[in-house]
Amino acid sequence: MTFIDNYPKSAKIAKANFLVAFIALAIGGLFGLIQALHRTGWARNIISSAEYYTMLTGHGVLLALVFTTFFIAGLFVWGVTRSLDREPENMAFSWSWFWIMLIGTLMATVAILGGFVEGSSIRAAVLYTFYPPMQAHPLFYIGAALLIIGSWMAGADWFRSYLAWRKEHPDERIPLQTYMTLFTMLMWYVCTVGVALEVVVLLIPWSLGWVNQIDPLLPRTLFWYFGHAVVYFWLLPAYFVWYSILPKLSGGRLFSDSMARIVFIIFLILSTPVGYHHQYADPGITVGFKFYAMATTLLLLLPSLLTLFTVVASMEHGAKQRGGKGYFAWLGKLPWGEPAFAGCALAGIMFAAGGFSGIINAAMNINILVHNTIWVPGHFHLTVGTAVALTFMAISYWLVPQLTGRKLKNKTLALIQPYLWFLGMTLMSNAMHRGGLAGIPRRTAEPNYSQFDFEAVFGTISEIKWQIAIGGILLTVSLVFFLWVIFNSWFRGERADKPVDDFIPAALSGPEHAPKILDNIKLWVLLAIALVLIAYSVPLAEMVMDGLFSPGAPTIPV
Amino acid sequence: MHIHRFERFWIGVSLVAIAIFIATVVIGFSVYDLRVIGAEKTVDPQNLQETKFADPGVRKAEPGSEVDYEVYVMSRQFMFNPGTAEPITVPTDAKIRFHITSPDVLHGFEVVGTNLNTMVIPGQVATFTTRFDTPKTYGLLCNEYCGAAHHVMEGRLKVVSKSQFNEKQLVQ
Ligand code: HEM
Ligand SMILES: [Cu+2]
Ligand SMILES: [Cu+2]
Repeated sequence: MTFIDNYPKSAKIAKANFLVAFIALAIGGLFGLIQALHRTGWARNIISSAEYYTMLTGHGVLLALVFTTFFIAGLFVWGVTRSLDREPENMAFSWSWFWIMLIGTLMATVAILGGFVEGSSIRAAVLYTFYPPMQAHPLFYIGAALLIIGSWMAGADWFRSYLAWRKEHPDERIPLQTYMTLFTMLMWYVCTVGVALEVVVLLIPWSLGWVNQIDPLLPRTLFWYFGHAVVYFWLLPAYFVWYSILPKLSGGRLFSDSMARIVFIIFLILSTPVGYHHQYADPGITVGFKFYAMATTLLLLLPSLLTLFTVVASMEHGAKQRGGKGYFAWLGKLPWGEPAFAGCALAGIMFAAGGFSGIINAAMNINILVHNTIWVPGHFHLTVGTAVALTFMAISYWLVPQLTGRKLKNKTLALIQPYLWFLGMTLMSNAMHRGGLAGIPRRTAEPNYSQFDFEAVFGTISEIKWQIAIGGILLTVSLVFFLWVIFNSWFRGERADKPVDDFIPAALSGPEHAPKILDNIKLWVLLAIALVLIAYSVPLAEMVMDGLFSPGAPTIPV
Repeated sequence: MHIHRFERFWIGVSLVAIAIFIATVVIGFSVYDLRVIGAEKTVDPQNLQETKFADPGVRKAEPGSEVDYEVYVMSRQFMFNPGTAEPITVPTDAKIRFHITSPDVLHGFEVVGTNLNTMVIPGQVATFTTRFDTPKTYGLLCNEYCGAAHHVMEGRLKVVSKSQFNEKQLVQ
């Protein structure tokens, strides 16, 4: 018996979400390769430089917004169902959020892909941050709004399951996986208020032509109100995997259940009031608020450092169960030959590197050196592009068999895949970081100029370019391996009663050691809201007071 | 709650590290004068002809001003004025204040290889002050996506020695 036998309805909806996620990953990944080849000048004839921006919009939206959101939805359906031991309360409701998210995604995707059709008026080359006054087709904004609304309903679905469970278990601690899901979604509710207001109140009326000017700073600020917390919306599900599954895959048990809860609380409280750290270089935001955001951002290092401790301690425990010894020698006893473990562990290592460049980004005045250079994609391909994406891919090798009741096929390819991703990302990302130090901009189809040349601080410009191109190719090959393994296992895998060992042992220090206050949802939500109000009420009030759409810039359709 | 003693130690180390990072920024800010841009005045992006941006370029600062020169730069799809057609020319050893805005979409203003790097947002004026010690010509580029030809938006910033700087070229 595995997940699909115990919870067939949940398995079905989780699989539907994964399917959409993997299709988005396939298309987005292909776009990534073409971008890497185009930017570096290795192949500038696949698309035109004007179309580059349509493609980049597709890459950002399909990977950072669609792949992540759908995968997370599938993962949380699985986690809530198994940890509460109950399927969703009402399947019609569950399928309705799935379809709303999917319809929204299709609308936005059509708007973006329209940019490849010559003469089409349906276009959305506004990138995934869609800063006005550049204007996309209304389909794009309406689609984005539906994706968010669908995700809110998904969260409501998990809260419903929790409340129903609570009635039957009045005195029990919230099971850890459900706890992590609920706290991630609470953070998601707090932060998506910003982007929902932006899209629904400002951008949709404006794109429909009901107003003909827009104040660029206000929607940009609302976007970044959401835009940092969204990275934790991607990251916390990876933490969910690292806390609740990785210890088991390493052969041991979670070190501390209470620490996991504390970490999620800190993320709920601090994720949103840091948004200005994406606006350090913006005129129109006072230095004081930038400073507040910086201090909060650096405090957010704490939960990640705590995670590092707990995850490494759990892995060490696992390795020692497997006969590992010494201070470091136990590392060799970890199951590096298992694709799911290897992928998660490599993702964790890359996340540590991403954390270093993140500290530099967070340091307000140092950030200015790298702001909007290719350094920044170098940073987030380590975080969302690897810590998150590689964890999701790796854990799929363990989840898809449970959801389909079929064994994993092509195990060798599955094992090579995370190592290849790691290698490709090492090349692409280090080169992007160094390119950024030389001043090479991001989001630029042809970063070579007629009036000056770049000078590399470390290495040479041509070596940086070939590392980006080769890295991009290796990443794409790795992605093809992943898709092939999943496709084969899902549709052609051998049926088995127990396709993987899906038992998750209890934590070494379990919830009975965690103070009850950690489960006090209302308290933590109120604290989160208070910190958001401190950060945002004054600046937003100032931006709104001179008129919602003023100082107004004229509309510029893309 | 039970916290392992190694974990306590780790929490302590983490907090100290965080404090050091914050201190680094504060020291950079106060001792080395490494600032970031703040909130200055807003302008009406559809009425820039009534401002100094109508006649952009390098100006002598008003007498009694805390700076020596004021530079007004208009960033628009897909050029800097001045900057693209002719370089922005400024002298060494002088306090120079930049004012940059846009009448259309978002742009970036990056002087390559320096920490002169700001967003340009319609409705806002990006203002920062700097000085150059040695003559040098820098590349200038737009680092925020601003439309289909974003990648051609570039220019130069030319720093000439104080003695060779020709004040006759200034905008009056
Ligand atoms: C095959 C693997 C991948 C390759 C070759 C690749 C390549 C690239 C390149 C070259 C850029 C920079 C484009 C520019 O600034 O001009 C970029 C941007 C980006 N990538 Fe990837 N990428 C890959 C995978 C991913 C994954 C897995 C994610 C996230 C889950 C991701 C998220 C992003 C985002 C959010 C951007 C920024 C888009 C923007 O600036 O609007 N990428 N990618
Ligand atoms: Cu951020
Ligand atoms: Cu531009």
